[in-house]
Amino acid sequence: MADLKAQIIQQLNLQEVKPEDIGNDQPLFKEGLGLDSIDALELIVLLQQHHGIRIANPEDGPNIFYSVRTMAEYITAEKSKTA
Amino acid sequence: MSNANAYITSSCIIRNNTVVKNGAVVLEETGTALPEFLRSLYDRFSGQYPKFHKMDLLSKLGWAATEVLLQDMPMDQYKPEDTGVVLANTSSSLDTDERYYETVHEIASPALFVYTLPNIVIGEISIRHKLKGENAFFITEAFDIEFITGYVQQLLDTGAINACICGWVEQYHTAYDAALYLIEKNSRGMATPFTAESIRKLYL
Repeated sequence: MADLKAQIIQQLNLQEVKPEDIGNDQPLFKEGLGLDSIDALELIVLLQQHHGIRIANPEDGPNIFYSVRTMAEYITAEKSKTA
Repeated sequence: MSNANAYITSSCIIRNNTVVKNGAVVLEETGTALPEFLRSLYDRFSGQYPKFHKMDLLSKLGWAATEVLLQDMPMDQYKPEDTGVVLANTSSSLDTDERYYETVHEIASPALFVYTLPNIVIGEISIRHKLKGENAFFITEAFDIEFITGYVQQLLDTGAINACICGWVEQYHTAYDAALYLIEKNSRGMATPFTAESIRKLYL
């Protein structure tokens, strides 16, 4: 998950945030890391660019991007389908 | 053109890695490129505003210039609708437009796309300082001081606004030039009568 945190920081240009500042279960949006709707789009781009994953159902977005852990679990699950 | 019923109460000029506020140099940094210089400006005059790092260079330049402009010039006597923002430049958002176009060949960047309009810098300034007054962004060949002065004076005269952040925010590749002025009906700060001549004198 440390690598994923680093990817999020780079993709979203969070220059004043360090990977250790992001809790595994901390909400990424609203009261958590404070990301916005444009950041959500950038996270979708991150999944495509770094992991080759396209989200088939946009309604799954809130659950996938709830926290670093939910993102990591989604990436692992999607990669296991193609393995 | 003489308009003694309003005042330039603060000014900020940023060019050649130098920041001049009210005619005095407040930051000078040689040998750094624009992104690093703007980061220094941010560290020196603001900080603790993570959205800054996501802005394009045009927005960073205008936003940082406003931080300097409004330093020690509280605006809390005005309602949000009382303060306007009127800016101009010659390159529009072309620098970011080009960078965005480069991303389109693979995966278009949403973060770049939102800065492919020059008036986004007005939005960033307005969000930061909670401004909801009249605003406009003009594209002109050069800083048309008479035009900007006349436009702002009309907004003040008609009562649309009581204060205005106005000026020039230009950036394309490594070239940049920012000149912002705080115009108010009430005198304070540098209290220079708001005229095209005064604006020009501070700009040069």
